[in-house]
Amino acid sequence: MSRPKNQNYKGHGLSKGKEREQRASIRFKTTLMNTLMDVLRHRPGWVEVKDEGEWDFYWCDVSWLRENFDHTYMDEHVRISHFRNHYELTRKNYMVKNLKRFRKQLEREAGKLEAAKCDFFPKTFEMPCEYHLFVEEFRKNPGITWIMKPVARSQGKGIFLFRRLKDIVDWRKDTRSSDDQKDDIPVENYVAQRYIENPYLIGGRKFDLRVYVLVMSYIPLRAWLYRDGFARFSNTRFTLNSIDDQYVHLTNVAVQKTSPDYHPKKGCKWTLQRFRQYLASKHGPEAVETLFRDIDNIFVKSLQSVQKVIISDKHCFELYGYDILIDQDLKPWLLEVNASPSLTASSQEDYELKTCLLEDTLHVVDMEARSLRADSPCW
Amino acid sequence: MLQEESDLSLIIAQIVQKLKGSNLYSQLERQAWASLQRPEIKLESLKEDIKEFFKISGWEKKLQNAVYSELSVFPLPSHPAAPPEHLKEPLVYMRKAQGSWEKRILKSLNSMCTELSIPLARKRPVGEQKELLNKWNEMGTDEPDLSLFRPVYAPKDFLEVLINLRNPNYENGDSLSFRTHLGLIQVPLKVKDIPELGALGRSASNKVINKKQNMGPRKQDPNQREGEFPRNDSKEKFQDKGCTTGLKHNNPRLEQEKECFVELGLNIGQLGIDDSTQVPPELFENEHVRIGQKVLAEQDSAAAQQYIRQGSPTALRAELWALILNISSQPEDVLYYEQLKTNVIQHDLLVDSLIYKDVKLTASNDDYYFVFEDYLYQVLLCFSRDTSVLSHFAFNSASPPKSYIRGKLGLEEYAVFYPPNGVIPFHGFSMYVAPLCFLYHEPSKLYQIFREMYVRFFFRLHSISSHPSGIVSLCLLFETLLQTYLPQLFYHLREIGAQPLRISFKWMVRAFSGYLATDQLLLLWDRILGYNSLEILAVLAAAVFAFRAVNLMEVTSLAAAEAVLADLSTLKVMPLLQIFLFATVT
Repeated sequence: MSRPKNQNYKGHGLSKGKEREQRASIRFKTTLMNTLMDVLRHRPGWVEVKDEGEWDFYWCDVSWLRENFDHTYMDEHVRISHFRNHYELTRKNYMVKNLKRFRKQLEREAGKLEAAKCDFFPKTFEMPCEYHLFVEEFRKNPGITWIMKPVARSQGKGIFLFRRLKDIVDWRKDTRSSDDQKDDIPVENYVAQRYIENPYLIGGRKFDLRVYVLVMSYIPLRAWLYRDGFARFSNTRFTLNSIDDQYVHLTNVAVQKTSPDYHPKKGCKWTLQRFRQYLASKHGPEAVETLFRDIDNIFVKSLQSVQKVIISDKHCFELYGYDILIDQDLKPWLLEVNASPSLTASSQEDYELKTCLLEDTLHVVDMEARSLRADSPCW
Repeated sequence: MLQEESDLSLIIAQIVQKLKGSNLYSQLERQAWASLQRPEIKLESLKEDIKEFFKISGWEKKLQNAVYSELSVFPLPSHPAAPPEHLKEPLVYMRKAQGSWEKRILKSLNSMCTELSIPLARKRPVGEQKELLNKWNEMGTDEPDLSLFRPVYAPKDFLEVLINLRNPNYENGDSLSFRTHLGLIQVPLKVKDIPELGALGRSASNKVINKKQNMGPRKQDPNQREGEFPRNDSKEKFQDKGCTTGLKHNNPRLEQEKECFVELGLNIGQLGIDDSTQVPPELFENEHVRIGQKVLAEQDSAAAQQYIRQGSPTALRAELWALILNISSQPEDVLYYEQLKTNVIQHDLLVDSLIYKDVKLTASNDDYYFVFEDYLYQVLLCFSRDTSVLSHFAFNSASPPKSYIRGKLGLEEYAVFYPPNGVIPFHGFSMYVAPLCFLYHEPSKLYQIFREMYVRFFFRLHSISSHPSGIVSLCLLFETLLQTYLPQLFYHLREIGAQPLRISFKWMVRAFSGYLATDQLLLLWDRILGYNSLEILAVLAAAVFAFRAVNLMEVTSLAAAEAVLADLSTLKVMPLLQIFLFATVT
């Protein structure tokens, strides 16, 4: 294989002739120092490369991807852990846009009933461009609570609740740069979403579900659902009275960790199995089956909605963390999709779950088979 | 014959007496009066017609359930001349030991009081009352300073007392023989002497066994169970015989156990085994669920108790337990609970801080139960003010502590029971309530269920008595089973200074709550309700040791043995019990 002349091109996975037959290990690279590192290091035949070494497998973070993906040449068997434009699914404003478009398409093609299956995201408006549409909707439903979320941030940062237009008018004034200054600072995009006021509570606490979906390719759409996951509990008791209290409403572990009540030993998580048992003893097994079928529907529809938009590169796969909220009628709502779900473990149980999750992910990706060449030893 | 008859009439009289004071009686009376309006009631055959009416309308069933409930709780008939202490505890040395243990607890409580200068009880100022009322549903968010409080006692303190129990009339002799008991408990109690239970189990099981004969060979895959067992040859042995005759064993004890727990036999379907994903539901599970629904429709306590010996389906468990414990949420019960809540709001007790501390130390730190923290306060705080609990002391060897109004020590007119329900919580007490939160979400119902479970079962786990379900008997049963069936293991552990009871005691005192996974724990508690006895705790403890015997034989210290047995959360209860009871060959 001749090396391309462009200096910016970095080849990965390239081997020089004979070396290929002799290569018996998979070179991996990652910057994450948590469960993932443990799993990768323990995998037989996998070797870590650092810095500028060539790799066959890279669990990268999204910023690296943004900067380097387009300049990187990857050999056939090489795998990387993100899709180039994953943000079509994971940035809140794009996801909403794609879902809305998909819903319209479904309605045209298959009728209202089929389209209604897409009604798992609360009414959302992109700010600031859809501000006027939002105000219209706001006025139609006075008194309900709305939640404002920055599109691109995570771990609960920048999120707040509001009930009056006045609250966000103030906020707009604050965030908008004044006319005197140059607009060097890009205005951050937000979405305003209808807040789910009747979440299902356990022990008086609000929680959301984190479920993992592994997508191996978009065309054709090949996705895997991990059987386990967890329910993340808010540490304080749910009430709509204190919408300023981040700790009550936002169930991100990152936010809970900073709550004064938080004790690291507690973990404030239940495995999905335990959650299912609890629901089954309260509502019966059929209700639980229905709920989980509806949740599966969320995965399918959301992936279908971005199927044609995401650049399906065969080198890419992605492990998404879906955040689902259940309301009191046992209806699941999609809160968001994470392209880089946290792989840091908050407790022993959590560590085991994430380890198994990552191991299974690597089994599915199956680097071992891809590196296989006819003339090299089978293993 | 005559003795039996007079015993029976004595029991009947006592139950009638008890029920006359109950709500059910006045309801029945009211119903009888109301029924006079009905056309089918004729004056000539008034008594028969009313009886018929009761039968059809389901009131007879309710009465049956109430009687059955009383029978379950009622202690065995004793000599009419026996003093009330004998009902609590017939053996003098046990009574004495319980008395001195109680003195120690009270001393500890009093000294904590004086040290911290906190009164045992005080009336809350109005502001504080309002605040507590507002926070009633989220008391878990409160973080009072509890650093100075310590639990009054922990299970291991209690164990030390039990170890030192001796019957002064029993001379063991110093010479060691094969009869020497190797364990820590050195009292000569007869373990497993429950003839009624054995008979009940046997007659019922005959019907069950006949039915199951037609279901064909049980699908078993030994690798699916936790661990590997050489099941295949024992399968042939038990296939066509009833399990009571299955394994002819020299030792009568295991035979007795097997008789007791006949429904757990290998031939009989169990929830916890035969509802696993590898077993097609048509084989057992579907039918079992159908029967369960029928039992609930009939509202028959006795049938429910028999049914639940094979385990309860998740969806039916809450109702089944309520039926067996004869709890139906009447408006009066809700009112009673509200009254208790008012008592909590108005007065602050020292015991409350102990409860807080216990919840924070145990349930709040538990991976499963931390969510239910608020419910635990709502139940336990009310529980400590519930004077109706005092009635159970009639058959509990313990006695409620007394406190005297300041300055009037010794004067009976100024004595009150403290805490009002007479029960001083110890470290881990809140774990009795935590699993119930999985099943019941309405506070007054949750409360009732817990209270009933306590006065039927849990109190026996922390009072010194000779009752077969008492903790002393359970310890002795555990040690005896272990010594009889795993003598090598027992001897080895004893030699390295790791007496098995030191490890298993805490499991039994808490009825395994917090040690097993919740679904397994609930399956275990199903059987406690079904057999109306706690002996299954001792059997399970022995079964756990048997299961981990190989690892335990290799340890060389108590700490290492503890480590082998530290994590029980992956264990499956029913296979363990079955193996131990019906398939262990020595």
